[in-house]
Amino acid sequence: MLSSGINVLFEGSNMQRLLGGLLITAQIAFISIIISSLLGIVVGLMMTLKSRVLQFVFRFYLEAFRIIPILVWLFFVYFGVTNMLDIHLDGEIVAVVVFSLWGAAEMGDIVRGALESLPKHQMESGKALGLSFWQLYRFVLIPQAVRRMLPGAINLSTRMVKTTSLVVMIGVIDVVKVGQQIIERSIIDFPAASFWIYGLIFILYFIICYPLSILSKKMEMKWES
Amino acid sequence: MKGNNKVLLEIVGLRKTYGARPVLDDINLSIHKGEVVVVLGSSGCGKSTLLRCLNGLESIQGGDIKLSGKSLTDKNVNWQEVRQQIGMVFQNYDLFPHMTVMENILLGPSKVQKRAEKEVMEQASQLLDRVGLLNRKDDYPRQLSGGQKQRIAIVRALCMNPEIMLFDEVTAALDPEMVREVLDVILGLAKQGMTMVIVTHEMGFAKAVADCIVFIDAGKICEIAEPDEFFSNPKTERARQFLNIFQY
Amino acid sequence: MSMNWEFIMSALPLYEKAAWLTLKLAFLGILASLGIGLLCSIVLYQRTKGLERLVRVYIELSRNTPLLIQLFFLYYGLTKLGITLSEQTCAIIGLAFLGGSYMAEAFRGGIESVSKSQIESGISIGLSKLQLVRYVILPQAFAVTLPSLGANCIFLLKETSIFGAIAIADLMHVTQDLIGMYYQTFETLFMLVVAYLIILLPLSLFLTWLERKVRYAEFGN
Repeated sequence: MLSSGINVLFEGSNMQRLLGGLLITAQIAFISIIISSLLGIVVGLMMTLKSRVLQFVFRFYLEAFRIIPILVWLFFVYFGVTNMLDIHLDGEIVAVVVFSLWGAAEMGDIVRGALESLPKHQMESGKALGLSFWQLYRFVLIPQAVRRMLPGAINLSTRMVKTTSLVVMIGVIDVVKVGQQIIERSIIDFPAASFWIYGLIFILYFIICYPLSILSKKMEMKWES
Repeated sequence: MKGNNKVLLEIVGLRKTYGARPVLDDINLSIHKGEVVVVLGSSGCGKSTLLRCLNGLESIQGGDIKLSGKSLTDKNVNWQEVRQQIGMVFQNYDLFPHMTVMENILLGPSKVQKRAEKEVMEQASQLLDRVGLLNRKDDYPRQLSGGQKQRIAIVRALCMNPEIMLFDEVTAALDPEMVREVLDVILGLAKQGMTMVIVTHEMGFAKAVADCIVFIDAGKICEIAEPDEFFSNPKTERARQFLNIFQY
Repeated sequence: MSMNWEFIMSALPLYEKAAWLTLKLAFLGILASLGIGLLCSIVLYQRTKGLERLVRVYIELSRNTPLLIQLFFLYYGLTKLGITLSEQTCAIIGLAFLGGSYMAEAFRGGIESVSKSQIESGISIGLSKLQLVRYVILPQAFAVTLPSLGANCIFLLKETSIFGAIAIADLMHVTQDLIGMYYQTFETLFMLVVAYLIILLPLSLFLTWLERKVRYAEFGN
């Protein structure tokens, strides 16, 4: 029964639909990662400024995302914010907003850590050369910091990709939802559909995340020495 | 005189390499029961490696080591049993930081040798008393000085009732003021007839404690002699150069 | 915006029940992941032939896939193999499958922090490999590992928020039900956030404290 079940994957346009769902998932992840990276750099730079107020605000922002589960944030924005403002937001938009805010906080912390780990004399010798504030960051600090933060940033991306699986809970037609639809429709012809569909989705996520985690591990090893 | 006793540890044609690089080559040495052998040589000559080979911490690529006539290169040799007969003390006095002094000492005898705690405790107390540290038995290593820790490490090894003790530069990491208290303990053991192999850089101590000096250079035994003779009239040029470094 | 406190009071027991359920499942799942993690890290440390490879594959699979998919596969997929598990069992197994690999990595980090000379001095008093792990390595590794074990506990507790997806009446599930039934969106979401804060905030503060303490209380040697 199981062995024949695998055909459910190739029945009709099933595979095409699943990959279509995956594309939605990938889009959400990709856009969120880009936005978080950009915002994260800004946040990280601001965290290195010696303003106590800013530091407190960003700390609070970061901890808010670290303590409250992401799914709660998704619910909060999808049901709560839309209700409060009396607007409708698509699940995709909500997902991108929440993931980007979360990613920016985490990315900001990574950027801050990388910048703060740079030896102080680098900054001082840059200043001694008469570089302006922006030149200092642009030519001295950022190029060095990038190396230190890339492994962490890639790790964060892997986490974000995995977290995209949650969007099914706020009504997005992602790869999981498409899988559920196919399972429901083919329950008569392919009783074992759920085994194969979820198995496939499991593997799809693995195929995306595994190379990323290998890459980050390799970078870490290379730049540590 | 001790040469008449039976041979306890015998090293025959021992060879040790790291990759293609030879570290020890054709080492032959017999250590008799009750004998104190001091191994000398400049840093990197392989003397510490030799000690580590004797305790199975390093694999050897050729030759043989025999303890009481039994080969230690045999595939069926049980190193856990062998190590109970060969005590070793290291340079960095690695007491276990999460255990008290007494727990450190009891670990081997009670878990490896499965001896009764009461009996081991008595022996441990006696040994601690002898090194002047009985009052520190419930302290943690972090509360002790380097010299005290090293004396405890010696007691820890002794409490297994080994046939032979190996000392690997046990005073090298110590503050000069604490060297004496550790060397005194070892000297005391020598007087009681403990068989020992000692790697050290303390020349005065070597002269006082050794029955036999083994001088190693570039992984080979260069000279074996009685201490008086070695220090006053070394036979090889390398040994002469080595001793010159220590004399002003 | 005013809150409907009456509604909040009436829904409180539901949330309380859900919170306890979340805690119960998280506790069991975390306990199991600690066990799995410990075993895996020992296998990796000892380089047990065959098992080592299996453990590596498990760790990669577990770390590179989302818990939601792991749960769906367990809950819906495996029934087709004739293995039918209750929702709660599934949740615990899923959490342990995910957490085991994270715990294993944490333990491995701790084990690697134990110096080579400590291990050698253990070997030289004749300890067997297992005794070495039991008496010398783990007690020292544990102190080093504590902060990351704590961080993993928080991570796993947060992950429990998706248990609702396999029909477990947890906090998310209750919230979704109440929103659907009464449209008291703001109140229910407020309670949801407060419930998670009550569970996670003390733990997070405790962890920060612990981390600082462990850093200063290093074993002197």
